[in-house]
Order: sequence, then C-alpha cells, then structure tokens
Amino acid sequence: MRALLQRFSFLLMVLAAIGLMMMTRVDPVFIDAARARVTDAFAPILGFIARPAGAVASVLESGHQLTALYAENQRLREDNERLRQWQQTALRLEAENNSLRGLLAYKPDPAASYITARVIADPGGAFVRTLVVMAGQRDGVRRGQAAMAGQGVIGRVVQVGEWSSRILLVTDLNARIPVVLETTRQRAMLSGDNSDQPRLMYIPRGVEPTVGERVFTSGHGGLFPAGLPVGIVAATHDGETRVTPIVDLSRIEYVQLVDFGIPGGLAAEAAQPGGMQ
Amino acid sequence: MAVGIWQRLDQAGRNSVPFSTTVAAMLVGMMPLQLPDYSFVAPPLTLMAIYYWAIYRPDLLKPYMAFGIGVLQDLLGGSPLGMSALVYVLAYWLVLTQRRYFLGNSFWFLWLGFALVAVGAGAVQWVAYSLMTAHLVGPGNVVAQALLAIVLFPVPAWCFSKLHRSLLS
Repeated sequence: MRALLQRFSFLLMVLAAIGLMMMTRVDPVFIDAARARVTDAFAPILGFIARPAGAVASVLESGHQLTALYAENQRLREDNERLRQWQQTALRLEAENNSLRGLLAYKPDPAASYITARVIADPGGAFVRTLVVMAGQRDGVRRGQAAMAGQGVIGRVVQVGEWSSRILLVTDLNARIPVVLETTRQRAMLSGDNSDQPRLMYIPRGVEPTVGERVFTSGHGGLFPAGLPVGIVAATHDGETRVTPIVDLSRIEYVQLVDFGIPGGLAAEAAQPGGMQ
Repeated sequence: MAVGIWQRLDQAGRNSVPFSTTVAAMLVGMMPLQLPDYSFVAPPLTLMAIYYWAIYRPDLLKPYMAFGIGVLQDLLGGSPLGMSALVYVLAYWLVLTQRRYFLGNSFWFLWLGFALVAVGAGAVQWVAYSLMTAHLVGPGNVVAQALLAIVLFPVPAWCFSKLHRSLLS
C-alpha cells in the first residue's frame, strides 16, 4: 500500500513538472513575473556568493597576467601608438561630421543613458545562455534594453525584477538580432544556437561574407540602434556563416544596460516557444 | 525543559542539512566563475546533492523537496520551467528503486550509480528541451556536461559525506 502510494506521488510530480512546462507556453507573462519575483528574492544571496567567486577569478587572472607582463607591455605600447593616430583621425572626422550635420539640419538620435550593473549569476547549464545582473526596475532597467560590455553588444534584457534582471545573451537559442555586414552593408539576422558562435541567417545567395569582417546591429525592428558592434565573422562554409561575439561572453563582470530612448521596439523579438523570450 | 528546546532546535537544524546543502549547491552552481566556456558545461551540483541525499537520507530530503528545488532552479536559472523538476524527480525515483545496490557497497558503486543518473538526466533534459523548443539542439554540451559531472563527482560527494558524518550520524 505504501509503495503504491509512493509510486502514485512520484507519478503526480512528474505530471506536475510536465504541466509546468505546458504552462510556460500558455501563460508566459505570469511565468515571467514569477521568475522576476524569485530572482529578486535570491539576488542578495547570489550577489553575496558572487563576490568571492569574482575575487578567486581575479587572482587566477592576475597570476596569468604576471607571466605575460613583458609581452603585454610591448603590445600595449604599439597599440597606444597606433590608437593615437586613430584618435587624431577620429577627432578630425567628428569635427567634419558636426559641420556637415549642421549644414543638413540633421536630427540626431536621442542621447543614450547607461545603467551599469554587476553580474551576480551565470546560471549556465547546457541549454540557456543568460546572465543575472544586480539592477532592476528601480534603477531604470526596462525590458528590451540592449546590454553591452566593453565595446560590444552582448544581449538584451528579457526579464526585469525590482532590483535584479536577466539578460539573454546573443548566443542563446532564442536570441535574434538584426545585423548588417561591415563591407557589403548586407543585412542579415544573427541567430544564436547555444553554441559559442551564433549563425548569420537570411543572407541572399551570392553574397559571401569575408572572414574577419565586422558585424554591426542594423537597427531594423527598432530593438537596438544601428551601428553597435556585435561580432566578427569567424568562418564561412557550405553557406553557413558563424560570428564570434566581440566580447568574451564567459568573462563578463559588469554589464552596461543602455536605454537609447527609441520608442517601441519589441516587434523584432522573434517569439520562440519554451525558453526565455 | 530549556535543554529540551535547545536539543530539539539542534536536531531540527541537523535534519535540515540535506535540504539546505542541496539549495546551497544550486546557488553555488550559479556563481559567475568567469572561466572560458565553463558555464556551458558546469557540473550539475544540485543533481549530485539530490543523488547523495536520496541514497543516504531519503527521510530528510523528501521527493517533493527535490521537485521544489527543481522548480526554484528553473525560475532562477531561466531554463524552461519544470525541466529541472522533472529531471530531479525522475532521478530521485530511480535512486530510490535501486537504493539497496548503492547503499553499503563501495564508493565505486556510488560513483557508477551517479554516472548512470547523470547520463539519464542529460538525456531527459535534452529530449525535453528539444521537444519544448521544437528544435533539435546539438547534444555536444549535454554530453560534455555529463562527462564533467561524472569526473568531478567525488569532490562534492566527499564534502557531502563529511557533512553527513559530522552532523547527522
């Protein structure tokens, strides 16, 4: 009798789990709200245990850096030299741009505002690519904002709690970003598939992306503004082009959530059943 | 009388060790370690904890707790809701039916048992996820994760057994 009861309770729980999976499809809004609540509740604990992890990581990192100090110095000196020249060029171009814009009465994009947040969890697993950061609604984070780290786009905000939020990385299966190729100005869709290198989709026949070419957001769909760097074309064969994200996604400590002040914008979200949307 | 209360509190604290270590294992598993490619194949510490306690103290880590921890992990981790819960309940079930083989035998048996559970859990997750997203996900990460979990299992298992011996025997 007890064994039967036990078996029945297990069966019930298996069914409940399957029921929960179904519910994600039926009422994703409710599930999202629940996720935000729970993440909020655990954010302080996650933030607390992320600190020593960060410290350990930085110790490992500094040990690694010590060994390469000389070579790194040399490289930086050369880089600096080269970048100084670029700076001069950039300044000249900026001035020229400004004067040309003045001539055209060009209406600039609204100014962007940034929220910087610490990464407190990297839930990992084989199926999802998300980060949890310590900033939420009360800090001005909104769903759909672009997430950047260093110089490039890493993803977008998909879930916002009161003081924590979740970022869907560009490598996640559900991530779709409209992009444009640097040299050909060809539009494409950067589509994650849970691998390290997202795929470029919807490139017309005959357009061959070159390896090493940079990929920028195109601004189509209004989710991201145009011209933010996303990645570099890594390899292309059999009509399949892979892109390496410009930021090393496994080493993000701080994230900048960017509010570009563009209205609307959720239209470009490609709805995928199941995971985070 | 006062001693009675303290004793009972102490006992309650000790009895909550299996549950609290499992939750702690889940939270530790979410730590951003900033190791390249680590988070894709991060070993499932929660599964290890559930496996260990389901074998040694199923009276203290009940099946519904495994279910609850799974739901919590899905909510926190962003994975499809119910997926981890399903895996943990199935793993618990499997362990409970085969418990007498693992219990009392050498550590090798414990390890072997975990290897089976880890592979099974990976397979269930993979099938569930592929069905839910209607998209055949590459099995590479799942396989790597299961292998890493099997290789690393002795470390968390040693920690759990230390806690087990010092607090619960």
